[in-house]
Amino acid sequence: MTQPYRLERGGLVDRDTPLSFRFDGREYQGFRGDTLASALLANGVLRVADSLRLGRPRGVFSAGIEEPNAIVQIEEPFPEPMLTATTVELYGGLVARSLRGHGRLAGDPDPARYDSTHAHCDVLVIGAGPAGLAAAATAASSGARVILLDDQPRPGGSLLGTGEHLDWVDTVAAELAAAPETRVLTRTTAFGYYDDNHVIAVQRRTGHLGALAPAHLSREGVWRIRARQVVLATGAHERSLAFADNDRPGVMLAGAARTYVNRYGVLPGRRAVVLTTNDSAYAAARDLAAAGVEIATIADLRPGVQNGEALPGWAVARVHGEERVSAVTLRSPDGAGREVDADLLLVSGGWNPVGALYSQAGGRLAYDPELGAFRPDGGCRQNLFVAGAAGGSYHLGVCLAEGAAMGGRAADAAGFTARGIVLPEAADPAGTPPAAVWTLPGGDPAVQFADLQRDVTVADLARATGTGMRSVEHVKRYTTAGTAHDQGRTGGTLTSGVVAELLGVEVGALGTTTFRPPYAPVSFAALAGRDRGMLFDPVRVTALHGRHESHGALFENVGQWKRPWYYPRDGEDMAGAVLRECRAAREGVAMMDASTLGKIDVQGPDAGDFLDRLYTNMISTLKPGAIRYGVMCRPDGMVFDDGTVIRLTDERFLVTTTTGNAAAVLDWMEEWLQTEWPELRVRCTSVTEHWATVALVGPRSRDVLAAVAPGLDVSRAGFGFMTWRDTEVAGLSARVCRISFSGELAYEINVSWWDALTLWEALLAAGAAHGITPYGTETMHVLRAEKGYPIIGQDTDGTVTPHDLGLGWAVSKKKADFIGKRSFTRTDTARPDRKQLVGLLPDDGGLLPEGAHLVTAAPQRVLGHVTSSYRSAALGRTFALALLRGGRDLIGQTVWATLDDGLVPVTVTGSVLYDPEGTRRDG
Amino acid sequence: MMLIPCPWCGPRDESEFHYGGQAGVAYPADPAALSDAEWARYLFFRDNPKGPFRERWSHSAGCRRWFSLVRDTVTNEVLS
Ligand SMILES: [Zn+2]
Repeated sequence: MTQPYRLERGGLVDRDTPLSFRFDGREYQGFRGDTLASALLANGVLRVADSLRLGRPRGVFSAGIEEPNAIVQIEEPFPEPMLTATTVELYGGLVARSLRGHGRLAGDPDPARYDSTHAHCDVLVIGAGPAGLAAAATAASSGARVILLDDQPRPGGSLLGTGEHLDWVDTVAAELAAAPETRVLTRTTAFGYYDDNHVIAVQRRTGHLGALAPAHLSREGVWRIRARQVVLATGAHERSLAFADNDRPGVMLAGAARTYVNRYGVLPGRRAVVLTTNDSAYAAARDLAAAGVEIATIADLRPGVQNGEALPGWAVARVHGEERVSAVTLRSPDGAGREVDADLLLVSGGWNPVGALYSQAGGRLAYDPELGAFRPDGGCRQNLFVAGAAGGSYHLGVCLAEGAAMGGRAADAAGFTARGIVLPEAADPAGTPPAAVWTLPGGDPAVQFADLQRDVTVADLARATGTGMRSVEHVKRYTTAGTAHDQGRTGGTLTSGVVAELLGVEVGALGTTTFRPPYAPVSFAALAGRDRGMLFDPVRVTALHGRHESHGALFENVGQWKRPWYYPRDGEDMAGAVLRECRAAREGVAMMDASTLGKIDVQGPDAGDFLDRLYTNMISTLKPGAIRYGVMCRPDGMVFDDGTVIRLTDERFLVTTTTGNAAAVLDWMEEWLQTEWPELRVRCTSVTEHWATVALVGPRSRDVLAAVAPGLDVSRAGFGFMTWRDTEVAGLSARVCRISFSGELAYEINVSWWDALTLWEALLAAGAAHGITPYGTETMHVLRAEKGYPIIGQDTDGTVTPHDLGLGWAVSKKKADFIGKRSFTRTDTARPDRKQLVGLLPDDGGLLPEGAHLVTAAPQRVLGHVTSSYRSAALGRTFALALLRGGRDLIGQTVWATLDDGLVPVTVTGSVLYDPEGTRRDG
Repeated sequence: MMLIPCPWCGPRDESEFHYGGQAGVAYPADPAALSDAEWARYLFFRDNPKGPFRERWSHSAGCRRWFSLVRDTVTNEVLS
């Protein structure tokens, strides 16, 4: 297979390793070391994709990350959309197609692994071009910890494209690789620069190997680097000029063409016209000529340039050819035209320092009229230095010297002393200053493109300024210039320049748009790293989890916990299972794993005083051996959590919290202790996972407990409601609390987490004769709702006071103060028409959806919403709890629930629907 | 991500911390003595300056201690 545009020799490709690939359905061959773009060019494929909006044919425009045109979809080995052919390293078996606009995501899960690394260093150097290499080598000579990263497969930066000093590059790279405190990351793009020198980069580790990528290596890794000092050596990108048909395939940045020749041994064309505003294009023209490209002519937009090679002051008037440049019409300063045959038009509109990271770091990019570009103004507050072309220095000798100087200063600032390094000799020829040119005169503004990827033309920009826009940020949003995934690397400054011309202002006064992370597109898979699937969030399970599974439980997530939801038997649906479980708890005996309840051990001489301040009710009067239900509010008087408080000794309490709020309550306690009441002698410790808890519920629960705790007096008189006992249960050391979250006679048995299974099996065995039934969270919710016990976070939403819930009895009137007390007398919390917790009975017996709005009949006025809704075995019907405006005054009346198919009448009741007299509590 | 100087643990990543809002808003000595407006000011009103701001942080994924610092809300620089 021939590669008609490949040179016989030269470049950094490995001609001994041919690679086959497919593009747009055709088979081609390239070499290891190629990008997809260089391999396509070697095969004479320059036209790569049609433009997004206008569908105009487009060709490879650049040789790197700045590419606006050559957007491709990778199909094999794994689908990946929206990559640039200029950054995809070629591998055997690659299948890609050109892309106009949106790509295709894989339908299958990505089988590759992704991971991330946190790293710290003294000096981070971003960019391994001449300045970055000099900086890294100098910093490394000090003994500082240095990280050098670069997006290319090998160090060298612009030198890879110019072919200069590659021996020096190899020497420095080898020294850095051998330096013990230095890490060189290739194929790594820094895409975010955050506060305090926190730089995020993505490393492409195995993607370039295609199907040969080893499965044990992550495909990409994200580096999160905290650096004491940063050297930005990110180089510069060449930019285009606005002239008619400047988007035709064959119009290419001059520096890119030079890179294709020197780095890849590829001719981008046979006969070229060069259009430039600066000296850099001459070096490109010389290298192309040496490689065999015929340079037809050089049009230099600087009228005064006198070098014998160029037509001074000449411009491009027209580009001929639609699928590919066929000829270029040049126009002399006095208006004379000349048509020149060419298949390549090389453009250099000047160079833009790559300032995105500097801008993200909080620095400002200022317009330098001599440079004709925006560059770092030197006033960034972060600990960074800028070296080389990133700062606007374009001569190689200056770049090397700046790199060495900044690397040394960075090491010095980090507390090290750099030794010097040997730099290669680089003569910087005296030249002619560049001209800042944006739009070339003449031609149709509707085909003068400023932003190729977004198809934004000079005409579009004129329309924006014509509507009165004066800010480049507004123009950007109106025209979308600079918002494509190339982020206007080749077109952004050009856009600013054209807009400035249209408005008749200085470019510097207009400014540039803001740069935001990410500098380059990053895959979600890389950002997610290992935090996906099972590792997305910790999963917490109780000591009984395996047993629940063997019972056939289905689970629900409560915070990070997996809790048994219900335990269906053969052929049972959820409703059937829950009705059966509820019946067992109300009529026989049932049990539930309650281990996930938060438990906090509160100790110290002032513990009682402390809890008095946090809970709405009085805790300090609780006797050791007794238990009290308590409510906690925020200072605004809204319910924050509830639970029980057990007094163990005079100076020790065990507090339970709702499952989801355990950490928040501990944080809450510590916050008050540390910030407001440091004088209180109190310590709080989470003991949630010290105790496994099983709730034993139902009229037969006393019989079961008596069987497994022979040493315990379980009589009504001997073990009263809201007391606890330490005893032996099933031969285990246990704490039994007589509390109930169902209204039934019930116990909560606490044993060591390790002993949970022994306890569970003993209760199952002892309760078998009574038909003991494990139940899950759904049944728990039904049982408590039948009794009107609210679930904080389900029946409340942070706007509900204890009084709204009917818990006024739990609010102390004796205590001088507690958190929330003052708020209960605020005008708003004292209103009689606040939303209050009530019960609802749907008249038609249907199940109301939780969240349904409740309204008056006519006119419809919103009264509140359904917070909980269930089928009740005990009531033999459906019911709900709701927060209803002035709800307690509406008891007995009808309100309307808004469902998808209309209004449904419901009767308002008190919140306690089952056993309101509390006769079942003591069995 | 900011680097926040915990007085107990030294500089640590922001993700280890919990933000606590404006510092120096003391719980009133006698809430019952306050008018509704004064109490509402304690509950709901906080400064929101552009520039230096004394604020509370808790090293919640570290030593769990609360402390306060001054941060420039424009630049995120910790000033003291
Ligand atoms: Zn700390």
